[in-house]
Amino acid sequence: MRSLDEQVQEIKSDVLGIAAELTRLEEKLLYPSNTQVAVFLSLSPEEVLELDSLRIEIDGEPVAHHIYSFKELDALRKGGVQRVYTGNVPSGDHHLSVSVAGKLRSGSDFQSTESFGFRKDVEPRVLGLTLAENAGAASIELGHR
Amino acid sequence: MSVLRFVASAAAALLSAGSSTGTELRDLHFGETLYHAYQAHYFEALERLDAEIGQHYAVDEPELDALQHHIDHAEFSVGDFELHYRMHHRAGRAIKAVLEGDVDEPVRNEAAFRLARIHFQKDQPEAALHALDRIRGRIPEKLRDEIEFLRANVYLALDRPADAVDVLRRLQGSQPLAGFAAYNLGIALLRNGDELDAIEQLDRAGRTDAPDDATEAIRDKSNLVLGTLLFESSEFDSAQSSLDRVRLDGPFSNQALLRAGWANVSSQDFERALVPWSLLAARAPTNAAVQEALIALPYAYSQLDVHGRAAVLYGHAVETFGQELGKVDASMRSIRDGEFLTALVREEIRQNTDWVIRLRDLPEAPETLYLIDLMASHDFQTALQNYLDLEDLRKKLVAWQSSLAAFEDLIRVRRDYYEPRLPEIDDQFRRIDARIRLRMQQRESIAMRLENMLIAPRPELLATSDEQHAGLRIEQLEEALASSESPVADGLRARLRRLRGVLRFGLEMRYHERLTRTHEHLRDLTADIEQLDARYDAFVRTRQAASHSYVGYEDSIAGLRTRVGEALERLQTLMARQGHLLETVALEELEVRRDRLEAYQNQARFALADSYDRAAKAQAAQAR
Repeated sequence: MRSLDEQVQEIKSDVLGIAAELTRLEEKLLYPSNTQVAVFLSLSPEEVLELDSLRIEIDGEPVAHHIYSFKELDALRKGGVQRVYTGNVPSGDHHLSVSVAGKLRSGSDFQSTESFGFRKDVEPRVLGLTLAENAGAASIELGHR
Repeated sequence: MSVLRFVASAAAALLSAGSSTGTELRDLHFGETLYHAYQAHYFEALERLDAEIGQHYAVDEPELDALQHHIDHAEFSVGDFELHYRMHHRAGRAIKAVLEGDVDEPVRNEAAFRLARIHFQKDQPEAALHALDRIRGRIPEKLRDEIEFLRANVYLALDRPADAVDVLRRLQGSQPLAGFAAYNLGIALLRNGDELDAIEQLDRAGRTDAPDDATEAIRDKSNLVLGTLLFESSEFDSAQSSLDRVRLDGPFSNQALLRAGWANVSSQDFERALVPWSLLAARAPTNAAVQEALIALPYAYSQLDVHGRAAVLYGHAVETFGQELGKVDASMRSIRDGEFLTALVREEIRQNTDWVIRLRDLPEAPETLYLIDLMASHDFQTALQNYLDLEDLRKKLVAWQSSLAAFEDLIRVRRDYYEPRLPEIDDQFRRIDARIRLRMQQRESIAMRLENMLIAPRPELLATSDEQHAGLRIEQLEEALASSESPVADGLRARLRRLRGVLRFGLEMRYHERLTRTHEHLRDLTADIEQLDARYDAFVRTRQAASHSYVGYEDSIAGLRTRVGEALERLQTLMARQGHLLETVALEELEVRRDRLEAYQNQARFALADSYDRAAKAQAAQAR
C-alpha cells in the first residue's frame, strides 16, 4: 500500500497536469495566438534600484498596474522575469506606454514614462521590458520577439 | 532626469539572469518560471516549466528554440522545483533522466550529486552513496566541497564514521562549510570512539568565526554538545565554559542554560547555578527546559539552605505548572475540536517565513502553544507541509471549478452572438469568393497571353476598342464588296486595303509602347491582388477564430470538470487522513508534555512542603 506521502505526491502530479491543461484551454479561449500579446519585465543584471510600481497602457488604454512586494522585487533581482500582462490586440501597429516609479540606488525617487511602438502579426507577440539604472537615472529597454 | 530608451531588435529580449542563473537569459518564459521559483511558488514554476520543456521538445527544430540556451539548467530546475515542492519521486525521475541523457561530464556529475541529495533526504543512504559513486571526471568547482560534505553525511548515516572522518578532515579549510564541517567532524570522531579527539574538534568548532545566522547556530550547537560531553565526563568547569559560549538569544540557549546550571550543581557550586537558572526560569514557561528550571532553581536555593526563598519559588512553580496544564488541556480540547488544522492554514501567518514560530504568538490559538518543538521535527514538518500543500491545491481546484463555469458562460455568449450571424456572413463570403476566383482566372489568362506575345507578337491583341471597331467595319465592308465586280467596287476595295494598311501600320508602330504599358498595368493588378489575398487570408483567419472561439470546447471542459471533481474528492480524503495524522501526533506530544508537567507539579508540591518544614525548623532553631 502506498504511503500517505506518496499519495500526496501523486495528487500533486495530477493537479499539475490539470493546471497545464487548464492553461492551454484558457490560452486558446481567451488569448488566441492571432491576437495574443504578452508583456514581460525584468531588471538588468546586478540591478539594485527599488521598483515600487509599474503601469502599462496599450493604445492609450490602461491594461496593467502592479505594486511590487519585497518578495517580487527580490525575485526580479535574482534574474526572474515577471509576466506583467497577457491580452489581445488586433493585427497591425500599436502603441505601448510604460510608467515606472521607485527609488534609485542613491535613495532618490524616480518616476518615468516611455512609449514604444510595436507591430502585431499573426503569431503571438511577446514584448520584454528591461529596467535599469544608468548614470543616475532609470532606463527601460524594450526587446521584441 | 530619467532616460528611457527604445531598442528595436528582431531578436528575443536579451536579459541577464544575474548571479542566480549564471548565464545570460535568452528565454523570457524560462525567466518567468524562475520568477515564481524565487518566490517559493513552486507549483506555478513547475506548471510553466513543464509546459515550456514539453513545447521545446515538440518543435521541429528544438535547437532554434530560445530554451535551447538553458535546456540543461531547465532540466535541472524541474528536479529542483519538484524537490522543493516535496515531489521526491518525480524529482528523482527528472534528475535520473538528466543523468542518463547525452550530457557533458560536469552536468552528469551535478545530476548525480542532486540525485544523491534526494536519496539522502529520503533516508536512503545506500542509494545516495551509489549515486555519489557515479561522480567521476570533471566536477563543477562550486559543488566540489558540497559533494564531499554530502558523502561524509552519507557515511555517518551508514554507520561508517571512520570514512566520514577522512572526508571531513579534508573539508576543514572549506570557507562556505566552516562550522558545519567542523561540527560534523567532531560528531564523526565521537561516533568513531575517539572521544578525546572529538572534544578537541568540538572545541575548535565552538570557536569558529560565524559570518551568518546558520553558522552561529551550528557553533552554538557545537558548544552545547561539547558542554554535555564534558559534563558527562564530570569535567564540570570545562563544561561550564563551553556552555557559556552559547549565545543567550540563540536557538540552543535554553538547553545551554539548563545544562550550565546542572554543571554548577554537579561541582557543588549551587550559588553559581542560580545565575543561569534564574535567567531561564524567567523565560516562556511552555519550553521544557524552562519548566525544568522552575523546579531546579528552588532546588539550588534549598541546597544553599535558603528554604524560605525555595518555598516561594516552589509555590510559583506549582502555580505555573497548574496554568500550563490548563493550557495543555485547552490545546488538547482545541485540537480535538479541529481548531489546530484551522490555525495552521491561516493565511496571515503563512505570509512570513518564520510562521511556525509566530503561531505561538497568536492570542486565540491555544492549540499551537505547545507544539513549537514538535513543529521543528522533520517528520512533523513533512506531514505539516503536505497538509498545507493539499490545502493550497484544494483552493486551486475550487477556484478552477468556478473558472470552468465562467468559460462555459463565455462560450455560450459567443455562440449566441456568432451563430445567427455566421450563415449570412458565409453566404456573402461565398459570393465574393466566386467573383474573386473569376477575376483571378481572368488575370491569369491575361498574364499568359502577354507571356506568349513576348515570343510571337500579336499587335491586334493590343488594339483599342476604336481600332477593333474600325477593323471589324473594314472586314464587313470587304465582305459586302466581295461579290461586286464593278469598277466602283474595285476603287472601294483599294481604299479599304489602304485603310486596313493604315490601321495595321498604327498597331505595329504602337505595339511595343502598348505592350510595355500593358505589362505595367498587369504589375499594378498583381499588387492589388496581393492586397486582396492578404485581406482574404485575414478574413479567413478571423472567420476561423470566430468558430474556434466557441466550437470544440465541450469535451475538454467536461473532461477537465471530471478530473477536477475527482481530484478534489481524493484530495479531501487525503487531507482528512493527513490532518488526522497531524492531530494524533500533536495530541501524543501534548500527552507527553502533560505527563511531564504533572510529574513536575507533584515534585514541586512535595518539595514545597519540605521547604516549608525546613524553613519552619530553621526559624524555630533560630528562635531557640
